[in-house]
Formats: sequence, C-alpha cells, structure tokens
Amino acid sequence: MDPSQVATDLGWWSVPLAMFAGAIRVSTPFLFVSLGECLTEKSGRINLGLEGTLVFGAMTGYAVSYMTGSAWTGVLAAGIAGSLFGMLHAALCSLPKVNDIAVGIALMLFGVGLAFFFGKPFIQPTAPRLPSISLGEWSDISQVRVALEINPLFFIGAALAVAMWWAFRNTRAGLIVRTTGDSAAAARALGVSVLGVRFVATTIGGFMAGVGGSFLSLYYPGSWNEGLSSGQGLMAVALVIFARWNPLLCFVAALLFGAAGALGPALQSIGVSQGYHFFNAAPYVLTLLIMIVSSSKVRALRGAPGELSIVK
Amino acid sequence: MSAAEAIAPAPAVNGCGRRTAVGVETVGMTKVFGSFTALEDVSITVRPGSFHALLGENGAGKSTLVKCILGFYEPTRGTIRVDGKDVEVKNPRDAQLLKLGMVYQHFTLVPSLTGAENLVIARADAPAIIDWRQETKRLEAFFDEMPFRVPLDKPVSSLSAGEKQKLEILKQLYLDQRFLILDEPTSVLTPQEADEILGLLRGMTERGELSVLMITHKFREVTAFTEEVSILRRGRMVGAGKVGQMSTDEMARLMIGDQEIRERAARQPFNARETKLELAALCAIDDEGLPALDRVNLKVAGGEIVGIAGVSGNGQSELIETLSGQRPLTDGRIVVRSQPFEPKRADMDRFKVFGLPEEPLKNATAPKMSVAENIALRSFDKPPIAGLGFWLKPSPLRKMARELIGRYRVKTTSPDAPIETVSGGNVQRAVLARELSGDVDVLIVANPCFGLDFASVSEIRSQIMDQRNRGAAVLLVSEDLDEILELADRVAVMSEGRIDYVAPIAETDRTTIGRHMAGH
Repeated sequence: MDPSQVATDLGWWSVPLAMFAGAIRVSTPFLFVSLGECLTEKSGRINLGLEGTLVFGAMTGYAVSYMTGSAWTGVLAAGIAGSLFGMLHAALCSLPKVNDIAVGIALMLFGVGLAFFFGKPFIQPTAPRLPSISLGEWSDISQVRVALEINPLFFIGAALAVAMWWAFRNTRAGLIVRTTGDSAAAARALGVSVLGVRFVATTIGGFMAGVGGSFLSLYYPGSWNEGLSSGQGLMAVALVIFARWNPLLCFVAALLFGAAGALGPALQSIGVSQGYHFFNAAPYVLTLLIMIVSSSKVRALRGAPGELSIVK
Repeated sequence: MSAAEAIAPAPAVNGCGRRTAVGVETVGMTKVFGSFTALEDVSITVRPGSFHALLGENGAGKSTLVKCILGFYEPTRGTIRVDGKDVEVKNPRDAQLLKLGMVYQHFTLVPSLTGAENLVIARADAPAIIDWRQETKRLEAFFDEMPFRVPLDKPVSSLSAGEKQKLEILKQLYLDQRFLILDEPTSVLTPQEADEILGLLRGMTERGELSVLMITHKFREVTAFTEEVSILRRGRMVGAGKVGQMSTDEMARLMIGDQEIRERAARQPFNARETKLELAALCAIDDEGLPALDRVNLKVAGGEIVGIAGVSGNGQSELIETLSGQRPLTDGRIVVRSQPFEPKRADMDRFKVFGLPEEPLKNATAPKMSVAENIALRSFDKPPIAGLGFWLKPSPLRKMARELIGRYRVKTTSPDAPIETVSGGNVQRAVLARELSGDVDVLIVANPCFGLDFASVSEIRSQIMDQRNRGAAVLLVSEDLDEILELADRVAVMSEGRIDYVAPIAETDRTTIGRHMAGH
C-alpha cells in the first residue's frame, strides 16, 4: 500500500496519533527541566534560571556534538554546562540576604545571552543528531511507525522520574533533601549543612536542565537557533507546582504539556490551519489555567516544601 | 581528641540492653557575644538519673547554656564534663554521639515526612538505602518498650501538638540519648498530657535510664516532677538546690532579683452589665482549607474578662484572625453592642474595638517602620496628626509618640528607631500604648505575655485588668492556663474549633478545664 494513501485514510485519527508522538517528543525537555526543578525545589530553593540553562545547554550540546562528531558527548557537555549554571545559582544564593527568585531571573537572562553570544558560529553548520529508537516495525502504517520513533532521552527521563520518586522515599539522601526543603532548622539539628545540600541539589538540577536543552538542538527541532526554546524552562517551573513536587506527576504533567504543544502542528498536518497560532498557544494557556486552578485564595499550596520562598 | 573518641562508642542498638543515664556538668561556662556577656561562669551539675529544672527569665541565658552543652555555640570559656570526663562538643553531632539530646520548644520534626521517616533520618547511622520492612520491624520492637506511642505512617503535619511532642521525645529515646534537655516541653500540651509525659520521664529517671534537664517557668512542674533546680539570672547562676528545700517564692525571688514589680491591679467586683461583644456561630477555614472554627458562640459583657483556654492549634489563632480582619468568616456574625460589626478600620473606630494579637511584631506592627509611626497607626489619619484629611504632620505625631513612650515605659533608643530593633516586651508595650491609650469598649487579647519577663508580664496583666475595671469587654485568648485563672471572670474552652464549655472561674478548676481542652 502506498503510505501517502494510508495517511489520508487515517483522517482525523492522525490527530491523536500525532499528538501522541508529539507528546513524547515535546515532553522530553519539559521532563528534564521539571525533574531538575523538582529536585532543586525539594531542597528548598527555586531556580528560575533554568530557562537560561536550557538554552545554554542546547547551544553547548550542539556545538560539542558538531566539534566532536558525537551527539552523546554533546549531551554530556550540555549537562556539565547546566551544572555550572546550577553551581553559580547555588553559590550566589548561599550569600546572606540573597533572593533566589531575583538571582534566577538574572541567570535566565545571562544564560540566554551567553548562549546567543557563543552560539552565533553554530547556526549554519549541521551537527550529528541523536539517534531514535524504532518501536513501530510491526506496523504497516507509516504514521504509526513515525509516531513510534522514540528518542532515547525520553526513556532516560522516564526512568529518572521513577528513580527520583523512589529515592525521595527510600534513600538517606532523598530524605535529607526533603528535610532540608521542608525545615532548615530540622536539617541543622541533624547536623546537615543546609547550604551544602541545596548546592548539590541545584547543581544536579542544572545538569538535568542542560541535558533537556541538548534535546532541543540534537533531536527536536534538531538544530541550533536563537528561537529554540519558547519558554519551556519557565513553564517547567509551573509544571512542578502542578505536579505537587512529585517526580511521577512531573512525568505525567510533562506529557500533558507535550500533548498540548503538539496540538497545533498535528491539526495543521491534516489541513486545519484556522486558528493555528491559537492552538500553538495551547501550552501557555494550559500553564495559566493550571496556575489559576491550583492556587487558592484561602489555602496555602498543598505539598509545597516549607522552605520555598514563594510559600513563606 | 574528638568527642566521638572520648567515650567508647556504644553499639547503636535501640531498645536492647539496659539504658544507663548520663550525667553532665558544666564548669565555669562563659559565652560572650561581641560586647554582650550572655553567660558568665555558670557551673551546673546534673547527676546521672536526676530530673533537673533550669529556671530563669527570658534572656537569663538558659538557652545559651544548653546550646553550649549541645555544640550549637562554642563557649568562650569553660568545659563540659560528661560522666566525669572532660569532653569537647564542637557540633550537634558530637553531642548526639555523647548521648546528649534535646527536645526543642519549636518542633524539629520535618512536617512533610512521616513519623517513621523522621525517626530513621535522625539516626547518625541511617543507611544509604532504607529497607522499610526491616526498619518498621525495628521501630515496632522499640515502641513495645516505650511507655507511649504515636502513629508512624502519617505525615507529622497531620499529628496533634501533643503527638508531635511525644514523637520529639520518642525520637531522642530512639536515638538512644541518655541525657535529655527539654525546652518548655509542656507549653503545647493539656495539663493532663503534660502530667502524663513528665510522669513517664520521671519514671525513666528513677529507674536510672535517663537524666533530664528541663527548662521551664512553671513552678508547678518544678515542684511536682523535678528533684533539683538551678536558677539563672542575667547570665549568672544565682541559686541551686534540692526542690523540696526551696519554696517557690524563694525561687521566684532568685529569678527576678530585686527589681521592682508593679502591683497587680485588683479585680473590682463584677456587676453584670450589657453584652458588648457577641460571636454568633462563627465559622472559618484554616490555611489548608480545613474547618478551623465550627460555630463558635460566645458573649462578653462590659466589665468582664472572658478567657479562652485551649491547647494551641485548636482554632484560637484563627478566631483572633477573624476578629481582627485577617481571615474571612465563612459563616456567622460578629455583633458589637447589638449592631453588626465588620472587622475593618471604620467599624473598629466606631465601636472602639481594640486588639493585642499574638506575636505583635508580626501581627500588629510594620516591623521596619519606626516606633513612633507604629504607635500612630490608629490615629495618623485623624486630627491632630492629619491635616486636610490627607496631610501627615510629623511634629504632632512625634509629640504623641514621645508622650506614650514615656507613659507606657517603652524602652527604645529613639522614637525613630525601627520597631523591630526593640525587645519583645517593648514591642508589646508600644502596641499596648497604641491600643489602650484611647477609650476602649472591646479589647481582644491573645497570648499577651508570651516570652516576656516578670516585670512586663505583671505590667501588661495590670493594664488588661484596668481596662476591665473601666468597663471594657475583654476577650483573652491564652495558652497559659495560669494566666486565664488569674485574669478571667469566666473561662471558655476551645477544642477542635468549638467552644462547648463556658463557666464562671469560681465554679471550675484546672482538672475540669483540662478535660475539656482534651475534647471530652
């Protein structure tokens, strides 16, 4: 059968299929950034700079992949660049009377600017991209096969979400992070260095956000340019609140955001071009709706770590 | 030599083998902060297996002393002896290894962690990966030996204050501590709960399993449960001895020294007058969205003090917040002199409703504004301070502030100093000056003497009594039952957001009130 024939046969069914594929594709950077932010916030600090980390990670990943010829080296480099940003944030916030939100906004602008500055030479060249894993060989329908071309980082992210969820309950390190995030006084009474724990958590969180950035430039959309991230790093922060600081829910929420982000392109692929920009705005509308629904005039945020500056 | 090596490390097996109490001595303990000597040459001895009380006013150096013992502060001079050997305690971990533990006034449990998670993470040897099946078994075995238990699988934030306090003590015992410092451990408990917990600890000390050093200001607890007492004043040790050989008057005199205490205002005979404040079926929800007030009904007449007793966290804070306009009512009405009252500035002015909320620095002042400005918060928009309805005139404002600062003896470097820089007692006095200097019809007071020294306590209670004698309706919420017994004409007990028990003070007693505090 001619694949293009099949495509028309699917009709409206191609929308959920494209959204499924899109959900996985678009959700991956959300997943990494939100898991990183989840860890950072669980330790009692907010890193709003992850948008900058994400963009800088995308640039670094692409540049290193181009220079070394290995996409995976690019991913690692992006992670390391991200952890450097995390460290910088953590170090600045360790100073007395420094507000983590203000530092985050400054680092967001700094990261984006720095990425544009260093990234200029890499807009043209083509770097090796991450391979995908084909899970759709069994199907004759081309759209299904395309939809089941899944990127390896998605699986790593999913595994990471489960691992973090497990670790927060079942490991000493996990309990210490939660303790530090919920009550700095209690952590100090245990002899734990509050700033130390937050430093490590923010650094690892930065690593994850950097890896999330490398996905943007090395898999989808798969090239480096200055319009690469459209606020995913910031939306991931909202997503963590929506997910109530639970890594498993972060995974679900990332998929939801991914699906919303895939709505516009999916509709366009079947020829619905009316309201294209409106559908593209779906993730932003979703963010707003989530913030409105999950906040309350009378009730404090449920499940929020007690030390977060937005809760205090 | 580190503290860990100083004592042969005992295997951290909980609940197995006999516990033996640890004795602690401080020798010439001195702690200087900059130019301020918080602690001077204090030597106390807590024998193994004794129940020792540490008495002193706020700022007498009690917490500085215990923080030095526990390694939070490094003493300027002086040594600590544990079981007769000199040791160095550089940080709280060292103290834990020496089997010294502390139960804080403010809880150190992590609210979002469950009881079991809190206990396991507190252990110095908590495993990197926690095998919950094995840990649960160990915890069960430990609990079987303990005189009381608490639910372990619920997040601590959902436990009651009494359960949290028990869990704090259990945590220290689970860590195998043999010397416990308790910082005002009963302030959040009903009298019965307090007696139960202190009685159990007393039993453990008598069996030689534990030594206890208890910071307190309740003489009743000192005489009922402790054997020895040490008294601090202004950073110095001023007295020590066996509890049976000292009267409470003697202890009080040592605590406060020779300073003059204002004579308490006498209670003038009570004549039933018109009801001035009426709460009709007030309902409100707390920050979590759960019901905090459940149809609270209460009437307060002019010329009487109605005291609301209760264990903290049973809706008292929410009640005060609704009355002062900080929290919306979900149902019910507030009536002042038979007219509906909205807790807003205009109505407060019209009905002459004044208030002294708990934690005045947080609830009744703008901390960074000056003492003078804070004193003027009620009157800055009226003549003589305001001209033309909007123009603020600084000189009448300062004049009024100076006069009130003098009259209410607020100790401040200047009327222009930010109010957050003056001490707690003086913040309270400044707020009193603002709220009581005018004509008061209804006065709403919450925990007015929390954390204050004797002189301030006496002064503030006198002021409240004065207002009553002048005919104001006074609603007094207090977690200190003694304060209510001293001041109130009638007592109401609040439990789980409800007031189901109201009685004239002469017709009730501590035990009855305590029973209702526990919700029976």
